[in-house]
Amino acid sequence: MALQIVSIMLSALLTENFVMVKFLGICPFLGVSKKVETSIGMGMAVTFVMALASAFTWIVNKALLIPFGLVYLQTIAFILIIAGLVQFVEMFMKKSMPALYSALGIYLPLITTNCAVLGVTLLNVQNYPDSFLFTLLYGVFAALGFTLAMLLMAGIREALDEESIPASFRGFPTALLTAGLMAIAFMGFSGFSLGG
Amino acid sequence: MANEKKTAASVFLNGIVTENPTFMQLLGMCPTLAVTTSLQNGVGMGLSATAVLICSNFLISLLRKIIPEKVRIAAYIVIIAAFVTIIDMLLKAFLPDLASSLGLFIPLIVVNCIILARAEAFASKNNPALSAIDGLGMGLGFTGALCIISAIREFLGAGSVWGIAIYGTHIKPASIMIMAPGGFIVLGLLVGTINFIVSKKKKGE
Repeated sequence: MALQIVSIMLSALLTENFVMVKFLGICPFLGVSKKVETSIGMGMAVTFVMALASAFTWIVNKALLIPFGLVYLQTIAFILIIAGLVQFVEMFMKKSMPALYSALGIYLPLITTNCAVLGVTLLNVQNYPDSFLFTLLYGVFAALGFTLAMLLMAGIREALDEESIPASFRGFPTALLTAGLMAIAFMGFSGFSLGG
Repeated sequence: MANEKKTAASVFLNGIVTENPTFMQLLGMCPTLAVTTSLQNGVGMGLSATAVLICSNFLISLLRKIIPEKVRIAAYIVIIAAFVTIIDMLLKAFLPDLASSLGLFIPLIVVNCIILARAEAFASKNNPALSAIDGLGMGLGFTGALCIISAIREFLGAGSVWGIAIYGTHIKPASIMIMAPGGFIVLGLLVGTINFIVSKKKKGE
């Protein structure tokens, strides 16, 4: 059990990193990673929503979709839950945590169309249909893996701003090439497992 | 362009070339990178997304006067998700091999930013016929981009194109190209090259 928990944490964070290995959440990864500060904000917002979304979709899947034979509606149900959740989190934060809202507010609407969030809920249903704990853990650590990749990227991009790069390759193409080199580095984790 | 009356042909070409969703607008990056490991996957993904785009653009445009402004994004997402579910089921029933190799990325068409962006930027303002054509143009632009990327990656990484071996038996292909890093690197080089060509052309004018 403990071994399995550690193994889920490590695989979500490193060996199966959402951005570098699974290609989920590339749009915010490339769009928001220009500054370290904004990537921390986005990472926190995504972690928050992904944890909640993992928990809610597990409950809805277990309590509504499976007993009523509506599993084919999974995609529609999950995206509605995520959209609703993002809206709710936004309103709740605005009212009760204005400081946090002003820091994370602008990233929240973007999260609805972050494929990492819908991706994690669909993967959870496939991989851990019975365990709420594993679902939640996978959600949180996948989001932390996303944050990690984004932070590393932002650090590199801040430094790259100072370099002189050929005009056509400035910005997006360089970001992609950097991501490619980072992905090679992340491949180094790929043999790593705890036998769980 | 804004003042001219939009013709079907200009709307169609707009999606394929001038505003190509992948190379010019840089939308829908996740499927672009994830499924382009072989040409078959690229074509399958592109055509699935095109089908969803045409249907969702058409329906959203039909309903554009009924959907209230405030909940429009939620309404768009539900419409798109419904079409994606239909495509998902059709693929699983008729093309199970393709469905299993695209896997998670079929349901994830729901959150492909191209589709929502076209719903918001085009279908909500234009008539159903034009919107469907816009969907077709954008979808084919996306498909074309996926074909280019996946053909390059399959050729370099697996030594084949469309599953037909080209040099695989004589030279060992660079399998890193069909793994995660290859996707980033090929797309980065392609976008850079296209930027270079576009800027050259502008200078020449």
